[in-house]
Amino acid sequence: MGPHDTVSGSLMDENDEVLQEFLVESYENLDRLDQDLVALERTPDDVSTLSSIFRTIHTIKGTCGFLGFSKLEAVTHVGEGLLSRLRDRELQLDADIVSGLLQLVDAVRGMLSKIEETGSEGDGQYDALVGELGRLQSGEARPESPVVTDEVPLLGELLVTSVGLSREDVAHAVEQQAAGDNRPIGELLMDEGKLKPGELVDALQAQAEARSGVADQSIRVDVALLDKLMNLVGELVLARNRVLQFTRADSDPAFVTTSQRLNLITSELQEGVMKTRMQPVGNVWSKFPRVVRDLSLQCGKQIRIEMEGEETELDKTIIEAIKDPLTHIIRNSVDHGIETPEARVAAGKPAQGLLKLRAFHEGGQVNIEIIDDGAGVNIERVRARAVERNLLTADQATRMNDREIANLIFLPGFSTAAAITNVSGRGVGMDVVKTSIEKIGGTVDLQPRPGLGTTLRIRIPLTLAIIPALIVVTDGDRYAIPQVNLLELVRLEGQQAMAAVEYIGTTPLYRLRGNLLPLVDLREQLGLPAREGASEAMNIVVLQADDRQFGLVVEGVTDTEEIVVKPLGRQLKSIATFAGATIMGDGRLALILDVLGLAQQAKVVSETRERAGRSSAQAEESEVEGPQALVVLRVGEQTRVAVPLAAVARLEELPASTIERSGGHDVVQYRGQIMPLLHVCEALLATPAREESEILQVVVHNIGGRNVGLVVAEIVDIVEELLVVEHVGRRHGILGTTVLQGRVTDLLDVAALVSSAALELDEPLLAKGA
Amino acid sequence: MSDERQYCTFYAGNMYFGIWVREVQEVLLYQDMVRVPLASPVVRGLINLRGQIVTAIDLRRRLGLPDRPADIDPMNVVVRTDDGAVSLLVDEIGDVVEVDERTFEAAPETLTGRTRELIEGVYKLDGQLLLILDAAKTVDLPAPRREDE
Repeated sequence: MGPHDTVSGSLMDENDEVLQEFLVESYENLDRLDQDLVALERTPDDVSTLSSIFRTIHTIKGTCGFLGFSKLEAVTHVGEGLLSRLRDRELQLDADIVSGLLQLVDAVRGMLSKIEETGSEGDGQYDALVGELGRLQSGEARPESPVVTDEVPLLGELLVTSVGLSREDVAHAVEQQAAGDNRPIGELLMDEGKLKPGELVDALQAQAEARSGVADQSIRVDVALLDKLMNLVGELVLARNRVLQFTRADSDPAFVTTSQRLNLITSELQEGVMKTRMQPVGNVWSKFPRVVRDLSLQCGKQIRIEMEGEETELDKTIIEAIKDPLTHIIRNSVDHGIETPEARVAAGKPAQGLLKLRAFHEGGQVNIEIIDDGAGVNIERVRARAVERNLLTADQATRMNDREIANLIFLPGFSTAAAITNVSGRGVGMDVVKTSIEKIGGTVDLQPRPGLGTTLRIRIPLTLAIIPALIVVTDGDRYAIPQVNLLELVRLEGQQAMAAVEYIGTTPLYRLRGNLLPLVDLREQLGLPAREGASEAMNIVVLQADDRQFGLVVEGVTDTEEIVVKPLGRQLKSIATFAGATIMGDGRLALILDVLGLAQQAKVVSETRERAGRSSAQAEESEVEGPQALVVLRVGEQTRVAVPLAAVARLEELPASTIERSGGHDVVQYRGQIMPLLHVCEALLATPAREESEILQVVVHNIGGRNVGLVVAEIVDIVEELLVVEHVGRRHGILGTTVLQGRVTDLLDVAALVSSAALELDEPLLAKGA
Repeated sequence: MSDERQYCTFYAGNMYFGIWVREVQEVLLYQDMVRVPLASPVVRGLINLRGQIVTAIDLRRRLGLPDRPADIDPMNVVVRTDDGAVSLLVDEIGDVVEVDERTFEAAPETLTGRTRELIEGVYKLDGQLLLILDAAKTVDLPAPRREDE
């Protein structure tokens, strides 16, 4: 999978790519033109051939105008004029015209190869050809004097530059040709004794080499053929898997080596075929700067577009499928998302809006984000509209969080635009975007940041892909876990298993090298009947979902295997826990787990992907966020506070005797570093009240990769609740207040407390906090 | 010969059903299935149909009928849909029958519940009624609800 690094494609590269494409396409078209023109001479009334020739020349003209090749444009322009008269039956095709057109083709080809070699059109003169074509177009009779092309043909040029022939000789030969001599220029010069056969061969070879540029290095292949190859490779992988299963039972060395060879070849073939279909997402994006520029002018807005991850590769069919939805989303962002410069300035933002496209691989999927810093979705208006249209009851609407509300705009026929503009209000709503993305097995998700903008994330699974996966067993069935999500496997035996799992409230946790790893039982998540009797061992599959890690408890781990991801039917699409299914080596099926879906269902990652440490948020109004796991703590006699579980590295019990003083603060030596202690009670209430106890309850809290120990009276529970934060007044060290388990609970602003206590945090030893 | 009025027939519960032959891809004996946890109970599992993954929908459950006895293996009527093949699990496969257009009637009032919603109409054959199943509607499961038991 591609790296996540940012490469901002320079204009040069983009143009280069456009140029290469233009050359390849034009060469192909020109080759066809030769045949078409000759065929046309025989059947001059064939309108479809004429139209096809016209289109080809027209396309070249259009593109070279865009690329700034004025000579080429001039030549093709006059050719186009001639062709259009022919097509419209204003002129009758004759041999003269065909020759003229063939000359045109040659001239175009000559210029193209110059462009390919040097990047410019060269200094050939085409005035005569233009004149000739103009004459043909006006239907005048051929003038008495023969038309002399004073253009030096490529071979002639080569003979001058590499062989050392004089320009006059070559020009003379060309004149002879124009006067009716049919001999090729090389032959002509040889006959005149000006050129040795060996020199001619060299020049011809040089010419051939020069020509075999881009065009000869790539061919066009029907996508349907690639599809078929891909399917066959998929089947081959499955057959290979079966064969490999037999090698486990059979020890015949010849058979084993042969299957291993088969294994290797299949893998390489698979990789190769996959690559043939991959294209960078930048191919689709390249047209967006223009779209955004035009649209923003039209709407009177100033918008800058930024792209990141253009090199992220996607399967060709997926690229095609996301083109239209992406365009629609971008139009929508420009039209409705980003405000006018005046409104932006009034809101304290820079006048110029930012539209950002971001693509990256994550968890075996490709994510494409369209981020704007506009006004964001007007949640209240959407809410009102949904109720007004009977999509929701008023009660339902009030219970839904911002994100759920925002995603209502994907419902058919939903539009909140007060005025339908001619940019995005074309009767095609966001529902069409959603449907098109879902058709290729993707999902669309809108994350509103009211006032700050909108992030729209498209997740596209690589449904065509063959991926390595870990096969686990639960309740007798096998499930495949994409290896990209896999961090490590932990196996705990007997007593160890019982002791290793700790509970905070009812949430099971495992301490993995000091990090608290929430445990999720696969059996429970799949709604399967509880296991009978205690098992002698516990298998924990440590997985990564978004920025969170969790441990999936399974009954058995069998093997890793290359699997072919097959989509599930429509009836099962709504189950977020599964990414698809695959056929195993023994011909049976196994479901593929969607790790992020599983984590969301198990509430390990909050759906808003709210990260820890956004503690300096200063929003004025009350915020509604998705469910979030919080550690509830008691400080003092009865004050309840909470911190996000995501920011908690460990929960510790430390003897009071281990506390030392350093720089006027309490510190402990903790895991090889000096960790400052923050007496929450004291800091919060600004009284010298401290938790008096032999054993201190310490929450190891992570701030930007550094640890601070929060000393509290009691670690009460871990709760998962929809966070409705009220910002009542401004109390130091408190982000806001919420109701957890029916009790008022303050959310600690640990960063603020730490900075006001002037604690110095040591560099972290743990590379990655949970 | 035209297959305009030919129906592939089968039994579920005590009813006799037909699906237009052109909508039926194939008919199969019992196939091994892999269950899909969290899915609607109507989905009995997934079948590996020559490398294609096919969802198996229990017709009895789809129609709200009691489950078939555990000792009877269901058979598969694989229907073509816009979304690929879907298998309907039925009790028993019948013949392909050709019907007389004149014996067609709309679904009778006496039919109840979900069966009525999924029936296009009825052909009155000699001695029994052939209920014509709307294949597309049958495989289109209502969106799962959180409240589902």
